[in-house]
Amino acid sequence: MVTIDDFASPVRPTWCTGCGNFAIWNAVKRALAQVGLAPHEVMLVSGIGCGSKLPDYTHANGYMTLHGRTVPVATGVRLANHGLRVLCTHGDGDAYAEGLGHMLHAARRNIGLVDIIQDNRIYGLTKGQYSPTSDRGRVSKTSPWGAFELPVNPIALALAAGATFVARSWSGDLNHLTATIVRALGHRGYALIDVFQPCVTFNRQNSYDFYRPRVYNLQDDPDYDVTDRMAAFARALEWGDRIPIGVFYQVEDRPAYEEQVPALKAGPLAPRPVEKLRPEQVQRLLEEFL
Amino acid sequence: MQTVDDLIIRIGGEAGMGLESSGVGFSQALVRGGLHVFGLPDYHSRIRGGHNFFSVRIARRPLYSHTEPVHLLLALDQETVRRHIGAVVPGGAVVYDEKDGLPDIPRRTDIGYFSIPLAKLAEEAGGSAIMRNTLVFAVAAGLIGFDPTYIESVARDNFARKGPAVVDANLRVIQAGVEASRPFQADFPFRMEAVLDAPRRLLLNGNQAFAMGALAGGCRFVSGYPMTPGSPVLEWMAAHAAEYGVVTLQVEDEIAALCMAIGAGYAGVRAMAPTSGGGFSLMVEALGLAGMTEVPVVVYEAQRPGPSTGLATRTEQGDLLFVLHASQGEFPRIILAPGTVEQAFEAGWRAFNFAERYQTPVIVLSDHYLATSVRDVAPEDLNFDAVVIDRGELLTEADLDRLEGEYRRHAFTESGISPRAIPGHPKAVYASSSDEHDEYGHIYEDAENRRRMQEKRMRKLETARSEMRPPTAYGAADPDLTFIAWGSTYGPLREAVDRLNGQGVRARMLHFTDIWPVPQGVEALLAGETVAVENNYSGQFADLLRMATGHTVSRRILKWDGRPLSPEYITHHVSRFT
Repeated sequence: MVTIDDFASPVRPTWCTGCGNFAIWNAVKRALAQVGLAPHEVMLVSGIGCGSKLPDYTHANGYMTLHGRTVPVATGVRLANHGLRVLCTHGDGDAYAEGLGHMLHAARRNIGLVDIIQDNRIYGLTKGQYSPTSDRGRVSKTSPWGAFELPVNPIALALAAGATFVARSWSGDLNHLTATIVRALGHRGYALIDVFQPCVTFNRQNSYDFYRPRVYNLQDDPDYDVTDRMAAFARALEWGDRIPIGVFYQVEDRPAYEEQVPALKAGPLAPRPVEKLRPEQVQRLLEEFL
Repeated sequence: MQTVDDLIIRIGGEAGMGLESSGVGFSQALVRGGLHVFGLPDYHSRIRGGHNFFSVRIARRPLYSHTEPVHLLLALDQETVRRHIGAVVPGGAVVYDEKDGLPDIPRRTDIGYFSIPLAKLAEEAGGSAIMRNTLVFAVAAGLIGFDPTYIESVARDNFARKGPAVVDANLRVIQAGVEASRPFQADFPFRMEAVLDAPRRLLLNGNQAFAMGALAGGCRFVSGYPMTPGSPVLEWMAAHAAEYGVVTLQVEDEIAALCMAIGAGYAGVRAMAPTSGGGFSLMVEALGLAGMTEVPVVVYEAQRPGPSTGLATRTEQGDLLFVLHASQGEFPRIILAPGTVEQAFEAGWRAFNFAERYQTPVIVLSDHYLATSVRDVAPEDLNFDAVVIDRGELLTEADLDRLEGEYRRHAFTESGISPRAIPGHPKAVYASSSDEHDEYGHIYEDAENRRRMQEKRMRKLETARSEMRPPTAYGAADPDLTFIAWGSTYGPLREAVDRLNGQGVRARMLHFTDIWPVPQGVEALLAGETVAVENNYSGQFADLLRMATGHTVSRRILKWDGRPLSPEYITHHVSRFT
C-alpha cells in the first residue's frame, strides 16, 4: 500500500509561503499514492525554475534537467523504460517559451507522459519578468511599456497539435488537481495539464482571489463531451470572467508512441541485458556488404 | 596493353543521374572480382542538376586513399568533360554520350574520345535512358578487361526486390554496354582484370562501419535530426531497429535529439545522437547536462566545412576545438576520431564503453570524407570478436538488493566514478540535478561540496587518460620527418608516407584516434621535425597538442577548400620544404 509519506524527502521546499507549487507538489504525491505507484516506479522529470525543484523535494526517481528541455529528456526516459510512469513538472517559461516546440511534438507523437505545467504566468526564479502566458499589457522589468505580445494558449495549442488528453486545473483546488492528475495517469498517451499556480511574490494579479470566482469545472456540465475536439477548442478560447478548468479533451483510441515502436513490443529496453551480437547476427550484417 | 598498379575511373554528371549508387554498385562488383577499391563521392547540396562525380580507384593491393589522376572518364554531360579532362592521364580516355557531344574546348591528342550512344542503348536494352549509369560502367568494364559477370551479380542482388523484370532489364543493359565497348578496346591501353578465387571482402563507408560498431557495442537508442553527413547513421540504425531491438526516432531538433539520448542513458540504455557540426551546435547545452549529471551518452559528429551552413556536402576537420570546449563550465568528456573504416567500427563500440565506464559524454568525430568514402576490408577486419561490452561500475539487481543505507548516486570516490544504479529499484531511488548537487543528487550550493564534486568529476578524466590509445606509428622507424595526423587524414597521409620513403625521405606518420584526454606518454614521441597534416585552416590538433604537451609542431600542411587531402597534395607540400 503506497502512501503519501512514501514520497517524503529530507529536503524542504524553498518556495515562498503561499506558493501555488505546494498544492501541485501535494497533488502529485496524493495522486501517485492513490493509483498505487511507488517512488521507484515513477520518474519525475523537470527543467529549471521554481517549480522544477519539485523532484528535489520528493522521494521518487527524478531528473532535474535543462530549462525548456524537460519533455525531450522525459521522452528518452519513457522510451528507454516504459515500465516507469514518467511525469514532467515544469513551469510556463520552461514549457511554453524555450520548450514550446517540444510540447507540440510530444503531443503529436502521443508519447506516454503526464506533463504538468506549473503555470504562474510570470518568471519567479529570475525575479519577475513577464512570461509567455502573461497577459498582453503586463508590466514587468522586461516589459516596462506593458507586454506587446498575446499570451500563448496552451490548451488550444495542445489540441491543435493532436494531444489526446488536455486538461487545466489550479492550485486553489487540491482535490480537483489530484483527481485530474489521477485521470491523466490512467491515460495511454501524452497528457497535458496546465495548472494555474499563483505566484504570491511576483504576480499579484493572477492570485488565488483572481481565479477563485472565475474558474468553473467543465465536468460539472453532464452534457460536456470530452471526446468532442471542436467543443474543446471552443472552451479553450473561453477567457475572462469565466475560465474553464477540468478535462477539455480525452480520447483513448490513438496508440501511444511507445506502443508502436517495434523494438518495444518485447517490453521495456532498460532491464534487458546488453550482450554481444550472436555469430549468426554478425554474419547477417556482414552479408549486406559482401 | 598494360596492367597498371592503379586505375582510376571517374563518372560525372548531374545530381539525379544515379552516379553514386551506380558507382558504389560498380565498386561492389570490382571487390567481388577480387580487386581492391577506394570510392570517393563528390556532390553538391541539391537534388537535381549541378555537377556531381564519383571516383573509384582500383588496385590489386589494399587501398587507403583516393588519388588525383584519372584513367577513364565517364561523362554523362559536357560539364564533366570540361571540368575533368585535365585530370585524365596520357593514354587515358573519355567515354561520352553521342547525344551530348563534346564541349567546345581544345581536343587533347594524348587521350581517346569514345563516343557511344549511351542513353539510346540504355533505352533500347533496358527501357529507360536513366539506366545509362549502369550501361556506362559496363562499357568501363569492357574497356579495362574486367569480367562483367561480377557487375551482373551485383545487379541481381540489388534489384532482386524489384522483381525479375527489373533484374533482366539491368542484365540486358550491362550486356549492351560491354558490346558497345568492343570497338574501343584496342584504343584503351590500361587493363585491370578480375582476380580469380580471391577471398570475399566487404565494401562499406565510415558511417556504415561506425553504425555497425555501435550496434555491436550494444547501442539500443538513437535519436537524430537529418543533417549531412551524419544522418545515414540514423537511417542505418532505423533499417536495423526492428531486427536488433533498437529504438530510433527522428525528432524536432538536435537539442531534443541529445536530450532524448541523455534521458535514455539515464534510464540505463546505451544511447546516441548522430549529427554534423551544425546539429552539434544545437546540442551544446545538453552536452553539459550529461557532464554535470554523469550520464553516459555518445554523440557522433560527422564534420563538414563551416561556419554556419558552410559546404553542406563536403569535408573538413574544423570542429575539433569546438567539440573539445563546447558547453559552459568544465566537465570531463572523451573524444575519439577514427581514421579508417576499421577504426570507425571500433570507435562504435569503444565509445559506449567509455561513456558507461566514465559516466560522461563521448564524442566520436568523423567527417564527410570518412563518412562517405567506400573502401574494401576483409570481414575479419571488422573485428566482432574483439568487441567488449563493459558497463563499468553499474550496480546489478543483486548489488542493489544488498544495498544498505541511502543510495548515493554521486558518491565521492578515488577514481571519481560513482557506482551507478539504473532507476527502478526500490533501494536506489534518486534524482540527479543539473544544479550542483550533493552525493545523493540534491541541489546543494555549499562551497566545500562544490569543490569536492567538481574535483570528483574532473578526476574521471585522469582515470580515463591511462586507457587512451597512443597514436599508431607508420613508416620509417628512424624518421627525418614525423607527420602528425588525426581522424580521416590517415589514408592520404599513409600513402604519402609510402611515396616519400620510396623517394628516400625517411618519413613516419603518428596517427591519433584517441584525441581527448590526450594519451599518456605522447610527449616522448614528438621529437625532431614534426609536421601536422590537417583538413582545416588553422591546424587545430597541433594547437591542442601544444596546449596539452607543450610541443610545438615545426610545420603544418593544411587544406580548407572543402575537399579531402590527397597523397599528391601532401607530397607536393613536403617537396617545398625538403
